[in-house]
Amino acid sequence: MSEAPLARRALTVTGVEELGAYRLLRVTDPEGPEPEPGQFAMLASAERWGGGEEERPYLARAFSVARRRDGESHFLLEDVGPGSRRLCEMRPGERLLTLGPLGRGFSAPGDGRRPILAGGGVGIAPLAILQDTLAVEATVLLGFRDGARAEGAALLDGARLATDDGSAGHHGLVTDLLEAELRRDPHAEVYACGPAGMLEGVRSLCASAGIPAQLALEAPMACGFGACFGCVVPRRGGGYLRVCVDGPVIDAAALERVDEHAGAPA
Amino acid sequence: MSVEFCGIELAHPVINGSGTFDVLAARRAFGRDLVVRFPFAAYVSKTITLEPRAGNPPPRLWEAAGGLINSIGLPNKGLEGYLREDLPQLAELLSDVGDAQASGRRVPLITNVMGASAQEIGALLEACDQRDEIAAIELNVSCPNVETGLDIGADPRELERVLHAVRGRTRKPLIVKLTPNTADVGACARAAQDGGADAVSLINTLRATALTPGADSGDGARRPWLGGGSGGLSGPAIRAVALAQVATVADRVSVPVVGMGGVQSARHARELIDVGATLVAVGTESFRDPDAGARIAQQMQEIAVGG
Repeated sequence: MSEAPLARRALTVTGVEELGAYRLLRVTDPEGPEPEPGQFAMLASAERWGGGEEERPYLARAFSVARRRDGESHFLLEDVGPGSRRLCEMRPGERLLTLGPLGRGFSAPGDGRRPILAGGGVGIAPLAILQDTLAVEATVLLGFRDGARAEGAALLDGARLATDDGSAGHHGLVTDLLEAELRRDPHAEVYACGPAGMLEGVRSLCASAGIPAQLALEAPMACGFGACFGCVVPRRGGGYLRVCVDGPVIDAAALERVDEHAGAPA
Repeated sequence: MSVEFCGIELAHPVINGSGTFDVLAARRAFGRDLVVRFPFAAYVSKTITLEPRAGNPPPRLWEAAGGLINSIGLPNKGLEGYLREDLPQLAELLSDVGDAQASGRRVPLITNVMGASAQEIGALLEACDQRDEIAAIELNVSCPNVETGLDIGADPRELERVLHAVRGRTRKPLIVKLTPNTADVGACARAAQDGGADAVSLINTLRATALTPGADSGDGARRPWLGGGSGGLSGPAIRAVALAQVATVADRVSVPVVGMGGVQSARHARELIDVGATLVAVGTESFRDPDAGARIAQQMQEIAVGG
């Protein structure tokens, strides 16, 4: 696991690319620690952070590192609330306060298993840097709500798609694709990131087929480094895991289920 | 800028609020950088209870206007787990940080404890008393007494009675962490002093509630968002309240006061000291910036030197 400097770094935005419904934010970070796939950073704009709707945002927001290329770090954003909206509005030259890389990332597939990357929505982000760093070719399955979001699939190479509205690829869920793929060749290891409902589908599929799965979870978090104890998920057998320091990548076998937390827009 | 607090020499006046910085988790996240640039002059542990606690079910956080409502529920390993597993690690870490190593002194550890009766509190104090790694004990009194049903920290007579019953169980300095959720914080602070507290700290979080956004639950009512029902508000939203309560308390007691609540800069820390605080604690700001304690202490030093 790569360690982060204790102080936030003010990184300069070099570009903001539109990827359908998403934005890919690029910042220059040539001297920053090399993130491992699955690690994340806490992001806030250096200027005008706060004072939006209901005087938010106040806390920084957690985003997976989507890519690390040519001394730049890339983050995939979707405007879902006051914090992500402000980040989506950032322009080249503005400064981004960044704390990271944080958390535990993905680990390499065990005993010759082929990696299957299953992503949903903006959760495809950590799978892109994972694809960049895996030593073997991965099968990539991505699911989106609609056509505008499916344009995000350009972040990865060779993805097979599913959309809820049938506008691109399979008309249905990405877990449908995963189920067929696992039936075809079960000697696999699944790497998944996406909404809770999708991750629960992946978890239960893999659990019943006895296939290892590494799930990159999302949870609202105040700090990102284990201080606030806010981002917990129930652990199989009792107690809680902190998504920020015990994850965000968590072995599916450590979870009874992945819970849905509809609510607070971030 | 060194400060004496309850007979303990501190390098500067900035410490952390209990439960806002887990140094063992932070060492995993920041490695050596945490050790080199340790943000606090003393380290206050999260609250330790007699028995282990898992904490409240999620969701545990709500971003409020200029602040944060939390309903964490004091998860901890319990007294035995803390003394056996965490305390040796904390002592090792705190003797290695900043200039502690060079001076041969470790950053003092203040262990925060909470009990639901005088008997429980007494047992916690006595166990901490026997450990040299602990420099002082902070008592969280934001808790109902299971024997009387009264909120220990909210009722001056109850607070003084409980403190009288337990004070003899430790010779270490005892800091009482006052609750702001009371009609008369000055009277509570006075009761803490009369009960034998060597210092008081405030403010703890203000009791607060958030409702689930969007649709109601079907019967026209909206449910509380937090898994624990209600929670505590912290951050800049409470800074003006903290300043008022610290000023009130400092006027009523002669023991030192640890002031906290929404501190984000040296100016905010200075204001608390100006109304009578000896030390200042940084809490929620560390969530946004783990380096905040060091940054604020450094700013205060620059202001002091610059006159």
